[in-house]
Amino acid sequence: MAVCIAVIAKENYPLYIRSTPTENELKFHYMVHTSLDVVDEKISAMGKALVDQRELYLGLLYPTEDYKVYGYVTNSKVKFVMVVDSSNTALRDNEIRSMFRKLHNSYTDVMCNPFYNPGDRIQSRWALLPVSASSPGGPYFLCPIQSRWALLPVSVSSPGGPYFLCPIQSRWALLLCPIQSRAFDNMVTSMMIQVC
Amino acid sequence: MSPTQWDLPVELCCRPMAFVTLTGLDVVYNAVHRAVWDAFCANRRADRVPISFKVLPGDHEYPKCRPKRTSYEWYIPKGILKTGWMNKHLNLVPALVVVFYELDWDEPQWKEKQSECATRVEIVRQSLQGRNTKVAVVLIQKKTPLPPGEDVIASERAAALCNACELSGKSLFVLPHTDHLVGYIIRLENAFYEHAQTYYYTEIRRVKSHKEFLNKTTHQLLFVRHQFKIAFFSELKQDTQNALKNYRTAYNLVHELRAHETNILEIKTMAGFINYKICRLCFQHNTPLDAIAQFRKHIDLCKKKIGSAELSFEHAAWMSKQFQAFGDLFDEAIKLGLTAIQTQNPGFYYQQAAYYAQERKQLAKSLCNHEASIMYPNPDPLETQTGVLDFYGQRSWRQGILSFDLSDPEKEKVGVLAIQLKERNVAHSEIIITLLSNAVAQFKKYKCPRMKSHLMVQMGEEYYYAKDYTKALKLLDYVMCDYRSEGWWTLLTSILTTALKCSYLMAQLKDYITYSLELLGRASTLKDDQKSRIEKNLINVLMNESPDPEPDCDIFAVKTAQKLWADRISLAGSNIFTIGVQDFVPFVQCKAKFHAPSFHVDVPVEFDIYLKADCPHPIRFSKLCVSFNNQEYNQFCVIEEASKANEVLENPTQGKMCLVPGKTRKLLFKFVAKTEDVGKKIEITSVDLALGNETGRCVVLNWQGGGGDAASSQEALQAARSFKRRPKLPDNEVHWDSIIIQASTMIISRVPNISVHLRHEPPALTNEMYCLVVTVQSHEKTQIRDVKLTAGLKPGQDANLTQKTHVTLHGTELCDESYPALLTDIPVGDLHPGEQLEKMLYVRCGTVGSRMFLVYVSYLINITAEEKEIVCKCHKDETVTIETVFPFDVAVKFVSTKFEHLERVYADIPFLLMTDLLSASPWALTVVSSELQLAPSMTTVDQLESQVDNVVLQTGESASECFCLRCPSLGNVEGGVATGHYIISWKRTSAMENIPVIRTVITLPHVIVENIPLHVNADLPSFGRVRESLPVKYHLQNKTDFVQDVEISVEPSDAFMFSGLKQIRLRILPGTEQEMLYNFYPLMAGYQQLPFLNINLLRFPDFTNQLLRRFIPTSIFVKPQGRLMDDTSIAAA
Repeated sequence: MAVCIAVIAKENYPLYIRSTPTENELKFHYMVHTSLDVVDEKISAMGKALVDQRELYLGLLYPTEDYKVYGYVTNSKVKFVMVVDSSNTALRDNEIRSMFRKLHNSYTDVMCNPFYNPGDRIQSRWALLPVSASSPGGPYFLCPIQSRWALLPVSVSSPGGPYFLCPIQSRWALLLCPIQSRAFDNMVTSMMIQVC
Repeated sequence: MSPTQWDLPVELCCRPMAFVTLTGLDVVYNAVHRAVWDAFCANRRADRVPISFKVLPGDHEYPKCRPKRTSYEWYIPKGILKTGWMNKHLNLVPALVVVFYELDWDEPQWKEKQSECATRVEIVRQSLQGRNTKVAVVLIQKKTPLPPGEDVIASERAAALCNACELSGKSLFVLPHTDHLVGYIIRLENAFYEHAQTYYYTEIRRVKSHKEFLNKTTHQLLFVRHQFKIAFFSELKQDTQNALKNYRTAYNLVHELRAHETNILEIKTMAGFINYKICRLCFQHNTPLDAIAQFRKHIDLCKKKIGSAELSFEHAAWMSKQFQAFGDLFDEAIKLGLTAIQTQNPGFYYQQAAYYAQERKQLAKSLCNHEASIMYPNPDPLETQTGVLDFYGQRSWRQGILSFDLSDPEKEKVGVLAIQLKERNVAHSEIIITLLSNAVAQFKKYKCPRMKSHLMVQMGEEYYYAKDYTKALKLLDYVMCDYRSEGWWTLLTSILTTALKCSYLMAQLKDYITYSLELLGRASTLKDDQKSRIEKNLINVLMNESPDPEPDCDIFAVKTAQKLWADRISLAGSNIFTIGVQDFVPFVQCKAKFHAPSFHVDVPVEFDIYLKADCPHPIRFSKLCVSFNNQEYNQFCVIEEASKANEVLENPTQGKMCLVPGKTRKLLFKFVAKTEDVGKKIEITSVDLALGNETGRCVVLNWQGGGGDAASSQEALQAARSFKRRPKLPDNEVHWDSIIIQASTMIISRVPNISVHLRHEPPALTNEMYCLVVTVQSHEKTQIRDVKLTAGLKPGQDANLTQKTHVTLHGTELCDESYPALLTDIPVGDLHPGEQLEKMLYVRCGTVGSRMFLVYVSYLINITAEEKEIVCKCHKDETVTIETVFPFDVAVKFVSTKFEHLERVYADIPFLLMTDLLSASPWALTVVSSELQLAPSMTTVDQLESQVDNVVLQTGESASECFCLRCPSLGNVEGGVATGHYIISWKRTSAMENIPVIRTVITLPHVIVENIPLHVNADLPSFGRVRESLPVKYHLQNKTDFVQDVEISVEPSDAFMFSGLKQIRLRILPGTEQEMLYNFYPLMAGYQQLPFLNINLLRFPDFTNQLLRRFIPTSIFVKPQGRLMDDTSIAAA
């Protein structure tokens, strides 16, 4: 559906950029970067509007000969930019809007991942974390919550999942966990695949 | 064909104006004609009618008119629009020919002149044969014409002239050559304009009339041609609405034409022309959205009409031109007042034009890569007989051939080859750069900084392709920081890669090194193999060798570059490059951290420099030096290794001069701070890291402050946000992210090793010499020198306190105003270890309240730190808050001799002054003496002796005194009479002998003195005894200057019997006294009321008994009759 999807931090550096592998990646990077001019302008124009009345969807940022660039900004000023092929007439405003909403939800899930540090680039990395499997109601993994460590129950569908458990001792196991959301990656992939 | 074959023809782009030729004007030799011509063509403002004038000789040959076609049946058009057509109607075929002729109405040789004029008109008509061009005659006259109708000859002759010239009256004009020339000219040209419009109207009708003869199969081209002509004539007629309508129709008709590879160029060319006209008119009508919509439609329709694949670069060139032309139109409209917005401005069109120009370049590169041996075909297939094409957009070698089949494939091949070879010579980069820079200018205007940067990158890259590396580098370097500051590392890496190539090809050492440093750094997204290659090159450069060429560079350019690098090596000169890193992200990171925010001067200052390399292979540095704000410390913080150039690669992992990728290296420095820097901040101003060495080439990385580069502040922020647990590292290693830069530290004085004690007895009493004993004891191990004491009121308190506080070392004398509030730097001498000294300070506080006192002891001591002897100045201070209170309260009251409270005293009548001294001090006070200093108006009744000498008062105790005073009559004094002062001399009981006595002066209150006419006092014993006689004598004194009549009566009392005058009336002379004697006989014991004396003064009715009662006793104590002591009591009576 989309040829390029990008998440841009509040400070305007990219958190995540994915484009169709068939085309020049650099071109899309430039396209997303230049679209921030319009995003900045739109944000400053609506700066005075009340927060709850604010429309997050920014609409078509600017058309180029071959692509359409759409924008979306969250309340925390994280921007989503989506590049769509101009020839794709099936995508109307409503579809784009709902795609952004899905993306936003997915991004929120990433933020909920306790292993994600807001402002870091969104990458899928795997990490080994200690898990206490034997506790009642387990398995749990040790997770940092506001500088304290807490035991949280593990399931494959926990935020940021799926997780894999590798037992090493009777009491503790190691949890192989995607530090930053793989689900987000999958989500973006699904949005891109629909094009092809 | 010219290289600008894609440019739109001038006659298309101009604004069509009615064409009028002027004949019969000799503008070279005739001044009058010159003036007329100037008035027509000079300073044509926008409010003048749109006409283009041209002066031609009267016998000028106008283009021949082709004979009228009666039938279109067999006519097959050869193309859409002839190349000369627009020009013909703009500049060659006039709408109106004006014949100027000098002729006055009263011309004597009228007949001859008239026929000459008619001949001239005839000549013009001859050359215009077949055309609808109008002819008009203008008579240039010397005289001002009379108003119409008055000049009979004029109207007659005018009619005759019209007749002779076969003109209608409307086409004959008179131009008097007088003062108002311009006015007449304007009227004339308005009339010409009307004629011209009529002409174009008839032309439109004429073209329209052809329509009915056309058929759809063979005359498709003519439909377009005619529609275009109608529109063009409408424009000439200034009927832009109809022009637009007709152009639109023409545009639709063009796209209805059957397109084929052979005619696609012609169709596109015409479509482009018409589109240009439509857009232009839309902008002119202030409907920019229509213009944009038309343009979009045009592009969408034509985008895919590429035509011959071999000449596809032509399509790209044409597309590029379409966008550029639209951009120009848009920009022009903006200059005329249209407002554009950020997302819709000419920049986008220029940008797109540039993209197509790039595409053209790409296509040309792949299609025109013929071998050098292939010669340009001869004869040139692109040459035509006339030098120009007959029809727009046709191929020169098959003009006018409409067949879709190629009749001569060989010729076609040669033609294509010729075009391709021509295309090779086109300066593509120049075109692209011009378009990009146009776009940059637009985006700058419409607040698109990032778009601007992006285009500048493209310009830079294009300059690189065009081998103008200097300009390329300049542009790329300019925009790099934008991408760096926003953290778009992928883009930055791409720009840096190009920049590195440029700097390599120019052998720009410093740039080459700088870009390499950044490409090896953590901001670079290059793959490790690339990084390793760059690192290897960098090391080569540092060893004064040539680097390997960058990949994908032009082979010839590389050869030149290699020569340049070789020259660089042989060239002796400055081989040290200092590169400030705060503006980029080098591959070595540096952080400086002082161990503590402050250091005592007697301990060495310690700090760590942390270094981390991000490059793929270990790298050695040759020198590290740290600079401070006090440069004297710089010498202590240098690490240097005398390594030879060839050792750079040997044993790379050993020694502390080597940085291992990903590992944090910690370097500890320490130095002893100067004693002068106590209280100052020591700051690291820069850290310099030298790579390579001076025998080869040396790069000095310079960090300002305590390290950090363009990316580190954001990283530090992220690290601070993260609560990720970091895995444990071996003891001497640290996590890079957890190191926080601390680039400055304070030098503070050595901790003093002495004790300062204060001994005193608070609170202080007002005005006393309060004693403060300071004890200083040294606990130092060596002798301390130059001990100085600063003591007194702590500065920075209320200014009034400074005025009212005085400090001295000498307690034996009272200090006055001249003494300071703070004694500074009192030398005390030296102290041996363990020795102590005592110093007494005396403080005099003039007001009550609390004060802070400071005692500050400073001394010098010799210390050995890091095998260095330094003299440290240490100090210790103590502050103490001392409350000051009044030592005592003094209460004063006036009482009568009966000890009754007096509100006022009576002249000449004695009264008592009672003082009451109540000690408020917590410490015992000794009242040394007291003294009553009377005011002159007061006199004393007896001696004024102090009754409280040397009395010691404990807290809460009081000492009272009583003085009997009299105040002589003074008349009525407002506010009362001053009494005097009461002076108390006192000191603390505990104070030493030599402490001076403090005199406290208390001003006594004023008293109101009143005169009374009569004073009565009584003489009576202190007590009576029952049934014993009690003699009482009353003295009545007249205090006035008059003789007074006094009525006296005695009121009887139950307790007494009495003898004496019960009621009497008598006179008392002024100043004299009358005595009254009574003998009372008490009847009852106890405190008894005396019989009361009622006195009435006849002169002073106010004088009441009430007042009188103050002076005379009203009661007396009567003792009961004694039994044992009977005899004695009787004897006493």
